Amino acid sequence: MSRILAIAEQRDGALKRISQEVVTAARQVADGIGGEVDVVVVGAAGIGAAAKALGNYGADRVLAVEHEALGAYSPESYTKAIADQVQAGDYFAVLFPATAVGRDLAPRVAARLDVPLASEATALEIEGEELVIRRPVYAGKAFVDLTLDAAPRIVSVRANIFRAHESPREATVETVAAEPQPSKARVREVHAGAGDKPDVAEATVVVAGGRGLKDPENWKILEDLADALGDGVALGASRAVVDAGWRPHAEQVGQTGKVVSPQLYFAVALSGAIQHLAGMRTATTIVAVNKDPDAPIFKVADYGIVGDAFEVIPRLADEIRNARG
Amino acid sequence: MNTVVCIKRVPDSEARIKVAPDGQSIDPTGLKFIVSPYDEFAVEAALRLKEQSGGGETVALTLGDAAAGEQVRSVLAMGADRAIRLDGEGSPDGLSVARALASELRELGPDLILFGMKAMDDDQQQVGPMVAELLGLPCVTVVAELEAEDGKVLCHREIEGGTEVVELELPAVVTVTKGPYEPRYPSLKGIMAAKKKPLEEKPAEVPASRIKVRRYSEPPARPEGKIVGEGPDAVPELVRLLRDEAKVL
Ligand SMILES: Cc1cc2nc3c(=O)[nH]c(=O)nc-3n(C[C@H](O)[C@H](O)[C@H](O)COP(=O)(O)OP(=O)(O)OC[C@H]3O[C@@H](n4cnc5c(N)ncnc54)[C@H](O)[C@@H]3O)c2cc1C
Ligand SMILES: Nc1ncnc2c1ncn2[C@@H]1O[C@H](COP(=O)(O)O)[C@@H](O)[C@H]1O
Repeated sequence: MSRILAIAEQRDGALKRISQEVVTAARQVADGIGGEVDVVVVGAAGIGAAAKALGNYGADRVLAVEHEALGAYSPESYTKAIADQVQAGDYFAVLFPATAVGRDLAPRVAARLDVPLASEATALEIEGEELVIRRPVYAGKAFVDLTLDAAPRIVSVRANIFRAHESPREATVETVAAEPQPSKARVREVHAGAGDKPDVAEATVVVAGGRGLKDPENWKILEDLADALGDGVALGASRAVVDAGWRPHAEQVGQTGKVVSPQLYFAVALSGAIQHLAGMRTATTIVAVNKDPDAPIFKVADYGIVGDAFEVIPRLADEIRNARG
Repeated sequence: MNTVVCIKRVPDSEARIKVAPDGQSIDPTGLKFIVSPYDEFAVEAALRLKEQSGGGETVALTLGDAAAGEQVRSVLAMGADRAIRLDGEGSPDGLSVARALASELRELGPDLILFGMKAMDDDQQQVGPMVAELLGLPCVTVVAELEAEDGKVLCHREIEGGTEVVELELPAVVTVTKGPYEPRYPSLKGIMAAKKKPLEEKPAEVPASRIKVRRYSEPPARPEGKIVGEGPDAVPELVRLLRDEAKVL
């Protein structure tokens, strides 16, 4: 029983970046026990071929559950597809991405297989024969190290923690038949949000603003900074601005918003309340701009500028454009 | 519509969390406790649904020790009709909690079961969908707003790049996130009324945890940061540091 199963995630037929991170984490665990990495991906026809590239990150074998009805996430169908693969494989551990889909799916698969689930792991270590899982609790104010007294050990891993790492090999791809399941939940309407920015929880760079920006109109200086930083930069917000209706809740960072771990986090004109820090204190580099030198955000920031955001941020966008050429 | 809302007692979001010296638990000294904030959003959603659909009862259900009675009372004061406390300890293993809640919920057989999206202590974000799976009910997670429609509820939820409306056949499970409504504050009248509302207590059957805690630890302190300077003149130096020292540009 030395195989590890990584659950890959796709959207519109393309693999999501976090799939590479989950495979990287699975490879690390497999290397610790001298095992192999299988990947399951569920999607429409052709998804297996797309997932073959996960061999670069250490996948030995891709199991592609393909069906025209499975292009988009459906809890019933995906739970069955994945639970069936888990049961067929006698795995030591199964790793899910802690994304919106993964958070919906992993508890269902765990309950169906009657095994516990450790959510949102930020570190995985093999100690002796055991997998020791570290995960944040109390909104990141503490960590717990735990083991799962069951097989397989089901874990979801947080985005941007296990940075994708190449460990190239030629992955084999097997296509598995699927049976779509009926559902009592039906999507009636979809409303596209404004803009094309990625989700704040998955972005590698986040530009977040607070009440000090005074008016939703003023978000254009943050949008311009985000543009200057390149593609894939997400906007974030404090709860104060979400409650004021200036920004959508989807952008809220903190204890009642998203928990984020980007490489770079800009905290602009937000004070850094304990509930906000809970959502972003694991960012690799934190930059704070605030006119109050005593603002608590400076206690966690790696770099701070004390000053007026309306003067500092436009200049910062210009200088970053220059620096990036 | 009959609704059960599952609520949990957790430390206040302002609380500083200290690990006990043996690393086996969190030091409870001086902690204030509240209803987990997402569970309050769920209570608010349940009360609005009841007002909108014009009937049925709202039941609060918790698994916890006697101290959790305080949180149950506050949910009764918000407007829930009655409450059940399964007397026992919670568990770090969400599946054990889900089993304990599911056996009671199976008996209650409500139209709708609401959970918080996640409990603000162990942050597992798993009990709701696990209960759905155990009871064989459909489930929609991370719902911001609910509307009643005969035999169904409409779930408004955030998705990547927008929002969607999901039509859900009852009976069903929904997990609730922060929505457009602030949870109502218990009024004085509500607090008085809560004292007379039924609170049933019965022993919980919580299967043994299969999540084995090795140790708790406090997060590593972030390295001492620096104030680069004041005002826009500090920007060039900041950009240099981001590029050359942090290597993030
Ligand atoms: C249960 C609970 C859950 C919560 N969850 C969250 C959560 O998930 N996320 C969250 O963010 N909060 C959360 N909060 C709220 C939190 O306590 C704070 O109220 C909130 O974070 C404050 O938002 P803010 O920093 O934007 O506003 P403020 O605290 O008002 O800070 C504004 C800052 O802007 C600065 N400023 C003003 N003008 C300028 C200028 N021109 N240039 C530069 N700086 C300027 C000020 O110095 C000040 O520091 C929660 C609270 C509770 C009770
Ligand atoms: N001990 C408990 N009693 C009642 N409900 C609970 C308990 N633990 C968790 N829940 C419910 O399950 C939700 C998710 O919890 P969790 O999966 O632990 O994040 C909470 O928001 C509550 O609605």
